[in-house]
Amino acid sequence: MSPIITLRDVRKTFGPLVVLDGLNMEVQRGEKVALIGPSGSGKSTVLRTIMTLETIDGGEIEIDGESLWHMKRGSRVVPANEAHLRRMRSKVGMVFQQFNLFPHWTVLKNVMNPVRTVLGLPEPEARARAEELIALVGLQDKVNQYPGRLSGGQQQRVAIARALAFRPKVMLFDEVTSALDPELVGEVLNVLRMLAHEHDLTMIMVTHQMGFAREISDRILFFEHGRIAEEGTPEKVFNCPTNDRTRAFLTAVRQA
Amino acid sequence: MPFDFEFAKSILPHLLEASVITIAATFVSFAIALVIGLFLALGLRSRFALVRRGIWGATQFIRSTPLLVQLYFLFFVLPEIGITMPPFLTGVIGLGAHYSCYIAEVYRAGLESVPKGQWEAAVALNYGRSRAMTEIILPQAIPPMIPVLANYMITMFKDTPVMASITVIELMQTANIIASERFLYVEPMTLVGLIFLALSLVASFGVRLIEGRLVR
Repeated sequence: MSPIITLRDVRKTFGPLVVLDGLNMEVQRGEKVALIGPSGSGKSTVLRTIMTLETIDGGEIEIDGESLWHMKRGSRVVPANEAHLRRMRSKVGMVFQQFNLFPHWTVLKNVMNPVRTVLGLPEPEARARAEELIALVGLQDKVNQYPGRLSGGQQQRVAIARALAFRPKVMLFDEVTSALDPELVGEVLNVLRMLAHEHDLTMIMVTHQMGFAREISDRILFFEHGRIAEEGTPEKVFNCPTNDRTRAFLTAVRQA
Repeated sequence: MPFDFEFAKSILPHLLEASVITIAATFVSFAIALVIGLFLALGLRSRFALVRRGIWGATQFIRSTPLLVQLYFLFFVLPEIGITMPPFLTGVIGLGAHYSCYIAEVYRAGLESVPKGQWEAAVALNYGRSRAMTEIILPQAIPPMIPVLANYMITMFKDTPVMASITVIELMQTANIIASERFLYVEPMTLVGLIFLALSLVASFGVRLIEGRLVR
């Protein structure tokens, strides 16, 4: 079966800064992958390009065997239009470092309204789906609270439920615990651990939690200068890294 | 300076009647300013640099010239090139256009106060642009704008007397007519001041009530 996500020779620049430098990357269906590496190495940009929050300057991204930024019209290949992008995006969900919950809606509405509006689910169905997911992340007693009244960890769990409500094939987690107070990290990681047991769900995580990455990933990708400098199973990358930069990075992280 | 209460009492009904015109002029001008302001704000976010610069230049020009001069221009100069409008219409267009430049800025600031992450979450959840705007961005951008807009309306209300200069028979002009007939200025002008004061105070109080509601 073809990979769920393929990046081929992807380039992304911000002015003179080269963020992704001919990146090649594949993620298999159901695979749990952690992206690690120094800041500015392009890890978050990878997730943002897959979610179409950033365009790319070169190369190709495929989701589920289909080009993200191009589509077929007859026999010709043309730039993707909004309808194509929306169909592609529906396969992917994303959770952000800063949660980005909608502050004018309650927890229930944050999870329920998007699937009602975007998927056109009828209210009872959307509500049932939302309540089930809110319970899954352990916040059933907070359904009618506004995000401003919740802790960071609780907000992030709602954000995960909100993305899951679309039943995406791929979930992108962009440093989802980096904005949290240390004592709130655990509750969010527990939700991710639970999701990691979902056999069919593909998870791509950018994280600085090395212990966690090692625990739940099938594969670790070490990024540097917009490319993958080293990859492999957690045992290989953490125990016997072959790349000098990987070794230096892991040493620095362990000392912190 | 004697104050003739009998005279004041006799002219009060005329002045109150004229304040209806003043209030109407305020509401109509404000509505015009809200609509033009919206187009200006959208224009300032246009993809085309020419549109952005043109609109920026026009708003700077309108903000940097006196309202009175603009009204004179609309009322006395435009007829020379064949555009003649009745006084009230000229007045509300002039006042509305003038304030639209300030209101465009209020819209811009309101939209920019919504964090970029809200747009990104909307894209990630596959909202279309217009749905994201109406369901996610505007509900957050509008509440903080309301007290600011309401204060502009009160300022516009206090600027309506400039319309007297282009022969709109509003509160100020009515008082002027009464005063010049009798050469008695104390009572009409005092009453005009008091009517403006009373209405402004009521409106300010209203704004504060709304503000209190919006701040949760």
